[in-house]
Amino acid sequence: MRENRAPGTWQTVVTVLRKDLLLELRGLETVPAMVLLALTTLVVFHFGLGRDTIDGQLAAGVLTVTLLFAAMLGINRLFVAEREQGGFDAFLLAPVDRSTLLVAKALALFAFLVVLEVIAVPAFGLLLLGPPLGRVLPGLVAMLVLGDVALAVIGTLVSAIAVHTRARDLIGPIIGLPLLLPALIGMARGVGPLLVAHGSSWPPGKWVLILALYDVVFALLSYAVFDFLLED
Amino acid sequence: MDQPQAIELRGLVRRFGERTVLREVSVSVPTGATLAVLGRNGAGKSTLLRILATLLRPHAGDIRVLGEELPRRGFAVRGRVGFLGHEPLLYRDLSGRENLGYQARLHGMTSTRVEEVLDAVGMRERADEPVRLLSRGMVQRLAVCRVVLHRPGLLLLDEPLANLDPAATELVAPLIGRGCGATRILTSHDPRAALAEADLVLGLEGGRAAFLTEPSRVDSDSVARLYA
Amino acid sequence: MSVYGRGLRGLAIATVLTITAAFALVFFYAPLDADQGFVQKIFYVHVPMAITALCGFVFGGVLGAMYLRTGERKWDIRSYVAIHMALIFGVGTLITGGIWAKASWGHWWIWSDPTLTSFLIVMLLFATYQPLRFSIEDPERQSRYASVFAVVAGAFVPLNFIAVRAAQAYVHPRVLTLAGGNLPGPMRLTFVIALAGMGLLYVTLWKYEMAAKATRMQVRALRRALLGEDSVAPLKRSAAPS
Repeated sequence: MRENRAPGTWQTVVTVLRKDLLLELRGLETVPAMVLLALTTLVVFHFGLGRDTIDGQLAAGVLTVTLLFAAMLGINRLFVAEREQGGFDAFLLAPVDRSTLLVAKALALFAFLVVLEVIAVPAFGLLLLGPPLGRVLPGLVAMLVLGDVALAVIGTLVSAIAVHTRARDLIGPIIGLPLLLPALIGMARGVGPLLVAHGSSWPPGKWVLILALYDVVFALLSYAVFDFLLED
Repeated sequence: MDQPQAIELRGLVRRFGERTVLREVSVSVPTGATLAVLGRNGAGKSTLLRILATLLRPHAGDIRVLGEELPRRGFAVRGRVGFLGHEPLLYRDLSGRENLGYQARLHGMTSTRVEEVLDAVGMRERADEPVRLLSRGMVQRLAVCRVVLHRPGLLLLDEPLANLDPAATELVAPLIGRGCGATRILTSHDPRAALAEADLVLGLEGGRAAFLTEPSRVDSDSVARLYA
Repeated sequence: MSVYGRGLRGLAIATVLTITAAFALVFFYAPLDADQGFVQKIFYVHVPMAITALCGFVFGGVLGAMYLRTGERKWDIRSYVAIHMALIFGVGTLITGGIWAKASWGHWWIWSDPTLTSFLIVMLLFATYQPLRFSIEDPERQSRYASVFAVVAGAFVPLNFIAVRAAQAYVHPRVLTLAGGNLPGPMRLTFVIALAGMGLLYVTLWKYEMAAKATRMQVRALRRALLGEDSVAPLKRSAAPS
């Protein structure tokens, strides 16, 4: 292989993503914490609502909020290695397209969310949900994937903004939550009809469309502005 | 005949809010030469290096690094400059080899090259331990590896010999020392050591260039004033 | 930058005139609403304020984009003033909306209405603008990050309304439909004048604050130039660009 050829965009994304996944596997801090928080939140909801089982829109709301709390943890931790160990310099010194950092980090966060949901959603089905999950799983997974994209993109954007502020752990959530609200509404409203006994097995088209639109617009927008967050 | 200049600065200005950190700094460094930058903490040494590394944008002035105009052509400079700052820029939970592998891939280098530099600084055996378990001297050696990995033509070294014992200093000398072949800009807290290495000396005081001469013509009074 | 001061007096006079005209129309010309009675008249303040606030946020986003494109400080200052002015109008909207809601529907707040909810979400987002700025000390970075925020948040405004409106039936009285408004003639005229007055008020206040900031900066620069660096005390950490 010829040396010193600047890596392509996709190669860079893979390099950074591999590094982040490796770091998480080594440290095993963020994802276990996210899972634990989600499970604990489910317990809190059980006591808070005083119900043994829930269904329909209420269940969708509980699931959405639970995933959101856990996602906030992941978002706050996303750039922690860069923050504590010399900042973005190592990446900024490389002859690479800087927006690849957004893509790589968003993919990493997406991966964390998938792992979270693989554990938390069945747990939700066991602990709180009344109707069975099996039948609606494909529709549910589709909505969750769309929702995860939104969480990953906005989460990365907001986390990058927060890195250079003084109130780091505060700024991320307070900016991220309002920005995410339409996506969260979409996710909750889309999932609601699925969690009803003998309800439909596919989310209403309107919400799938809105969530998909949100994802596309904010992914493009974030990609466009990300460079400005890194330069100095 | 005009020697190609690795660095040409004319009237460089960098501000931080209302404060001016670098004022009208002008200097030219021929290819292959070593420039020592002297000055107190806060005089602007690190800022100057960071601008040359394309980590900071200049607010005014003409800057050419390796023939490319900054900040417009910053991306063309990036792969050709090696920057060693105060932070080693290594992930503490990854091993030396993994860190350098990551850097190598970002710069389009091969793993053979990684082994080469590890060997050169004598870190091959301990390259698989997480960086957080290594002593500061070893971390500094790995940092030097990171800096020279992509064979940069320009080295920007902010206190490069910090934390290095004499043996380690000798090991890194061929890579970042006077004979390494690259153009070097270095700062040091020890003026005498810096002067011994340099072809050209720049003294910074309050962001301004107090003097710019050859080491032999630097008088100890000017240096003392810088650090007063 | 005394360009902001230019025409300010004329603009201010025009604003006062338009607002006075609007008030006159509201009280003496526009008919009483059949269901809601006199209370309905607050609509002529509430809705123009809401529209102006939302436009102000989007305007702030456009100005932020200009800063990112050019790097000139003046765009960031313009963006800052636009957004914080829009925030003030937004708070006014929420208050007048609450008064109207309480008087006509009996509740200070209603969830089943997408317009209210959308507006609340937008306000929650923009309320983070000043804390964000305040928490970044490096002034250049503060401007840059604030502009990124302004652009993203500005794009968010229309998207948010689309998303929330899709969620169900609305209680909010529909003012402007695609057909161009279902307001009867006299009401429409009053509304348009009120909207114009509110818009002019926003622009006047924006220019006024820009002029004040520009003048202050000029004074500081002059002092620094004439009396030396030390005559001007360094600015305290703040959310406002200087």
